[in-house]
Amino acid sequence: MTSPTTPGMPAPPQVPPILRMLPAGGYAGRSRMLLLRSATASRRTWMAFVSGFFEPVFYLIAMGQGLGSLVGELPGPGGEMISYAAFIAPGLLAASAMNGAVFDSTYNVFFKLKYARLYDAMLATPLGPVDIALGEIGWALIRGGLYATGFLSVMAAFGLLTSPWALLALPAALVVAFAFAAIGMAATSFMRSWQDFDLVTLAILPMFLFATTFYPLSVYPRWLQLVVGCLPLFHAVELMRALTTGAVHLGLLGHLAYFLVMIALGITVAARRLDVLLLK
Amino acid sequence: MALVEVPARPAPDAPGRLRGALIVAEHHWTWYRRNWRATVVSSVLQPLLFLLAFGVGFGALVDGTGRAATATGGVDYLVWLAPALLAMSAVQTAAFESTYPVLSGFKWQRGYHAMAATPLTGAQIAVGHLGWIGAKMFASGAIYVAVIALFGGVQSVGIVVSLLVATLAGMSVASLVMWFAATVENEGSAFSALFRFVVIPMTLFSGTFFPIDRLPVLVQPVAWVSPLWHATELARSAALDAWRPVAAAGHLAHLLVLLAVGTLLVTRRFARRLAP
Amino acid sequence: MPNVSDALVQARGLRKRFGSFEAVRGIDVDVARGEVFGFLGPNGAGKSSTMRMIACVSPRTEGSLQVLGMDPGSDGPRIRARIGVVPQLDNLDAELSVRENLEIYGRYFGLSRRHVRAKAAELLEFAQLAERAGDPVEPLSGGMKRRLTIARSLVNDPELLLLDEPTTGLDPQARHLLWDRLYRLKRDGVTQIITTHYMDEAEQLCDRLVVMDGGVIVAEGSPTELIERYSTREVLELRFTPEARPEAGVLEPLVDRVEELPDRFLLYTADGERAQAELARAGLTPLSALVRRSSLEDVFLRLTGRTLVD
Repeated sequence: MTSPTTPGMPAPPQVPPILRMLPAGGYAGRSRMLLLRSATASRRTWMAFVSGFFEPVFYLIAMGQGLGSLVGELPGPGGEMISYAAFIAPGLLAASAMNGAVFDSTYNVFFKLKYARLYDAMLATPLGPVDIALGEIGWALIRGGLYATGFLSVMAAFGLLTSPWALLALPAALVVAFAFAAIGMAATSFMRSWQDFDLVTLAILPMFLFATTFYPLSVYPRWLQLVVGCLPLFHAVELMRALTTGAVHLGLLGHLAYFLVMIALGITVAARRLDVLLLK
Repeated sequence: MALVEVPARPAPDAPGRLRGALIVAEHHWTWYRRNWRATVVSSVLQPLLFLLAFGVGFGALVDGTGRAATATGGVDYLVWLAPALLAMSAVQTAAFESTYPVLSGFKWQRGYHAMAATPLTGAQIAVGHLGWIGAKMFASGAIYVAVIALFGGVQSVGIVVSLLVATLAGMSVASLVMWFAATVENEGSAFSALFRFVVIPMTLFSGTFFPIDRLPVLVQPVAWVSPLWHATELARSAALDAWRPVAAAGHLAHLLVLLAVGTLLVTRRFARRLAP
Repeated sequence: MPNVSDALVQARGLRKRFGSFEAVRGIDVDVARGEVFGFLGPNGAGKSSTMRMIACVSPRTEGSLQVLGMDPGSDGPRIRARIGVVPQLDNLDAELSVRENLEIYGRYFGLSRRHVRAKAAELLEFAQLAERAGDPVEPLSGGMKRRLTIARSLVNDPELLLLDEPTTGLDPQARHLLWDRLYRLKRDGVTQIITTHYMDEAEQLCDRLVVMDGGVIVAEGSPTELIERYSTREVLELRFTPEARPEAGVLEPLVDRVEELPDRFLLYTADGERAQAELARAGLTPLSALVRRSSLEDVFLRLTGRTLVD
């Protein structure tokens, strides 16, 4: 006997080969529907959405002007002297890409997972865990991309962009955000309660403060320089600072590779863990 | 015929005004004894990291350059920064403790409603919570002072006065934020807007990291209305033994007026929301 | 075998283990197209675990399971495209309005924008929520949220609807309104699987049901069949003051069977009035006596040896 078909109901799409290694039924190819959901939801919370843009701008004005008056000029990545504002602006850009991506992929995802039970509702439809993971990371990237564009415009208005390479800072910010979102989501899949989010703060805040956002690596003793050199935000800041000041060299590809590894690692762990977590 | 004999019971009296508030504070203390670990990161570690990053790290960058010395009046950047960070940390903690926990008391955990079902009044519940926040800020501030001393950031015993000022400023901010949180029905984006448009600008533009005269002229008035700026000026004068009596009296008055207004607003608002 | 193709759900020896705990311990179930099928049992009986396996969000540990003729293990998305799920706890999207909840959910099924818009309007009428279409979800009453959740589960015109305790926590009025909506769906030919621990609900809604306890099925049949098989026509409920309370043995000769509960006795008999008269003749004076029709509650008590407790 044939089953009655629903008008307007398409057949589930074929699974792309690369995703066949994931558990069956984990991916319906409709993660863009999560973007639609997030966009619709953010119309009601537009204030929170817009406010995210201002935070790094406030930092740039206060720290660039105020702290800058105590510092004067600093040697930039190319060795030439640059203003303190031009020094911290790319650092703030990198930090804001990190903060936004981590917030979206940890607190927001955990809330939807445990409290709103939103993903349970989605899994009752043809959507699978991979759709959810990709959809949430995609939204974090769209948001991060908009903020980065806004911040780069502010930098341009303040005359802090001195090279056409700065245009590449936007895609670079997206790569950085993707890497942090992927790792964040993988970490969230291990969280048991809100208490565990202290660990997120413990990872993020020291990076924000110490990974050369506010002053150069040279203030640290040698051993500490090596430690800071391992932090992901350090690589993000180096990448951004080189691009916005135009001190571009091949070594930047090393930083890029760092983030590609983070992305691969984060996605693999997140997809597998979400499957275990959601499909009990 | 009565089905059950009810033995006579002594009826407890409703607690007096102050005692009621103390009972509420005791409730928070009981909860805290079980859950204090959750707040260690935000109340102790976070300010410590700021101290290291700016007092020590940034200090290494600017100490010895003439530019910083003109701003700090010649003292080390760490010594100049420490009392201001004390105030900043108190105000930040106060703002946070007065948002989600307060809305939760009304809406999620509904602890306030449970208290209001006893002889406690809305005003006592508000004042008790506010007093608790103050006590906690004082305690974590005291730990912070000890840490600052370890890093060599304490110059005089005046820092004890800085601690009191920081606690006062924290309570002023807490009273106003609690009032705001008590008017919120649905968290939506109210709190994130509060943090991003009020709390963060306040911490950045209140002369914590640099004197406010280094800011663009247009931005400087932000500091004058900021309770944190008044607290920073007071706390710094105390820690550096550099009093200017008239200015100090003005700063103190500002903080006290805010606390009085905030307390009046929050007690009324709590009473109305718990017994509409 | 013609029967097999007609079964929307067929389980054989179905098991679900969580670590060392076995929630479902080998059950056989057949649900035919068009019927309303009930899983009855107390909390922890394994009803919800079974429902989650049928909804393809929980892999089975052992046994075979066919839903709409497909295997949930490999065809999850294809099956989920054709079923509707009403979970035990509402999981509406609090960040969206009432209407958006329906529209966005429809989009998860890959339905076209136009289709979901029309469907949402139709379902808002069905759920009597048209006036609240633009409102946020949170301030809705429990009954309204439940109706919206049911409306949402219908957005893909499912052939099979899974309802996990659909009326738990609702007031009587809201329950009756929901029952009415479910009855309309039945008339429209939507197959339904319902879990409940309300006996009246099972009697009202289900064509056929199984009673589950401790992960196994302990009885199966229509509500009337089960009452006939495991109970008597009438029940006499007696309450005594603690001083006058007799031993159960004193009551047993008067009726077919006696159940002793903490606060009362249940006397099972074909004729409750007559049993009451004999009670008076024996000199027993209860505080209160009530004759009622036997219900599924009595069946449950008989089968599991305890009352339904949350």
